[in-house]
Amino acid sequence: MKLINKVLTGVALTAMTATAAQASTLEDVRAADELKCVVTTGLAGFAAPNADGRWEGFDADFCRAVAAAVLGDGDKVKFVPSTGKTRFTMLNSGEGDILFRNTTETLSRDVDLKLTFLPVNFYDGQGFMVPASLGVTSASELDGASVCIQTGTTTELNLADYFRTNGISYEPVPIETNEEGFTNYVAGRCDVYTTDASGLASTRAKFDDPTQHVVLPEIISKEPLGGAVRHGDDQWADIGKWVVNALINAEEMGITQANAMNLAANVGNNPGINRLVGSEGNMGEMLGLDAKWAARAIAQGGNYGEIYERNVGPNTPLEIARGLNALWSQGGVLYAAPIR
Amino acid sequence: MTEQTYAPGTYPDLPPPSDTVGPIHWLKVNLFSSPINSIVTLVAMYLLYLSLPSAISWLFIDATYVGETRKDCAPEGACMAFIGERFNLFVYGFYPAELRWRINLAAILLVVAGAAVLWDKMPARKHMIKFAMVYPLIGAWLLSGGFFGLEHVGTHLFGGLMLTLTIGVTGIVFSLPLGILLALGRQSKLPIIKYFCIGFIEFIRGVPLITLLFVASTMLSYFLPPGTTFDLLLRVLIMVTLFASAYMAEVIRGGLQALPKGQLEAADSLGLNYGQAMRLIILPQALKISIPGIVNTFIGLYKDSTLVIVIGLLDPLGIGRASVADTAWLGLSTEVYLFVAVFFFISCFGMARYSLYLENKLNTGHKR
Repeated sequence: MKLINKVLTGVALTAMTATAAQASTLEDVRAADELKCVVTTGLAGFAAPNADGRWEGFDADFCRAVAAAVLGDGDKVKFVPSTGKTRFTMLNSGEGDILFRNTTETLSRDVDLKLTFLPVNFYDGQGFMVPASLGVTSASELDGASVCIQTGTTTELNLADYFRTNGISYEPVPIETNEEGFTNYVAGRCDVYTTDASGLASTRAKFDDPTQHVVLPEIISKEPLGGAVRHGDDQWADIGKWVVNALINAEEMGITQANAMNLAANVGNNPGINRLVGSEGNMGEMLGLDAKWAARAIAQGGNYGEIYERNVGPNTPLEIARGLNALWSQGGVLYAAPIR
Repeated sequence: MTEQTYAPGTYPDLPPPSDTVGPIHWLKVNLFSSPINSIVTLVAMYLLYLSLPSAISWLFIDATYVGETRKDCAPEGACMAFIGERFNLFVYGFYPAELRWRINLAAILLVVAGAAVLWDKMPARKHMIKFAMVYPLIGAWLLSGGFFGLEHVGTHLFGGLMLTLTIGVTGIVFSLPLGILLALGRQSKLPIIKYFCIGFIEFIRGVPLITLLFVASTMLSYFLPPGTTFDLLLRVLIMVTLFASAYMAEVIRGGLQALPKGQLEAADSLGLNYGQAMRLIILPQALKISIPGIVNTFIGLYKDSTLVIVIGLLDPLGIGRASVADTAWLGLSTEVYLFVAVFFFISCFGMARYSLYLENKLNTGHKR
């Protein structure tokens, strides 16, 4: 399976360089009047269909924000569900225009898989969860444990690195999705479940009694999750990048889903806000969009803080505190480049 | 000596001896016929005693059938409210709600067309068969639309049960004739046809379906001229059909080889040409022999449709997996998988029973 994957990706990349010189992604998206957004096949809080078949979640909201900025309507998104293994091929083959699929930015993905990453929109890190009955308090006590691990992800590689560095032996139990990991873990087929801390939080929320399970204190990796686009179309990458930056800046400036369009309609006395919502300056024009691009993106699903609170924040069943994902001014590391 | 109460020569039917009828006898014959069977029966009954009461109370007595989120569900029972809330998603996928009547209509017509093909006592069957022949076009038009006044619905909105049925029915309908042609082609005396068929069959059988689907979904767009949009579902349908037809060809070849050579020679001696001989003599017998294998392939094809998740289409299993990620309903995978399993079991068991019925109906002396 791995070999097939590599061969397919290789063929894909060779073929891609041959056909890279096509019309720009922006033109394609406008011509189709639809943004094809690669998301997960279902991860709690990030992307999952609701009862009416509408995709909801943190990643889905970013897709809608980009669609609102580019096409003027956040509902013109075609969601392309993908597994961990197929996500980049989907993007590179043109089945998707942009990818928001809780994907970690790494050098090899950026360079070797020919992706251009958008600014990080979620800082995550890999952790471990074990049943409380095991009495384990630290990852260093996990010698000989069986570990459920998602294949094709950075967590798989981190796990191998961490255990090798610390000279701990373990037995991997390969799984495909978070859901499968949960099932295996509950059934006791592995002692330890490891994935990003956000994933652990959502998995822990599924238990009838979450106190029966402990998340160990060690965070063994940096997992900066962000959107991505194909290499070679800088204009499109810029659009994705600045939509994400605009949502983060909007939270800093207090622009919300409710007031974004009002602010855009009137020239206020804060030039920073005016530039962002397009009542002054020509930021949108420089991107190849219209003046109100950012205002629409914010009005679609709210600023970064609103998106976070609605999908994964402390008031949702996932209960993930802002932590690193707070603004730089509030103790986090979200530090978006200014729009000027 | 008892008195004879009937006229001489008119001996009435007496009831069978009391130890060969009744529930006790049935138990003796079926469940306790030998020491090993008795042990197996007792063990099975003990296991049922252990599992059945808790299963029933989980599924029915303690289960919650109405609710808004998982918090409304009793923790000790099944949370079927979730399935109820998601039922439309399971059946129609992402199809627009106001257009779902088209799926319903297509399904009703499918039943009519299916009955005409499968049930030989159907009234006005001759005309209905003609209808069944054009049904694939009508069905495709109803589901996808785009002309004759129906709004176009992108195939990326297909999902759930209707996606499985679309893939299953298309694959079954087109792979059988294609498989017959390939099987006959493989036995052909014309080398080009023969080696083409052999090459095709062996290639398809040598490659996993998941690879073909992956090629169909992502690789194909590299090879086609830039700008061509070739519907994803259509690519999947073609791949699934080709895949099933290769297996079908081998099943039917088995049937063809089971026929004595004399059958074809008899047809020749009657002056039938190749087409007539095949249509009237060979295929009716070969297909009859191949029924179990054919239905086997159908069932396999039907279940393989769950693989489309790798290319981002969500069949009932995919919808189920995506649904359990809803934050309002976290942790309900058992209910979802059970529901999907029941759905697939009903479909596949139905197909298997139909094949048995057909075998019995056509059992005209070959059964051993």
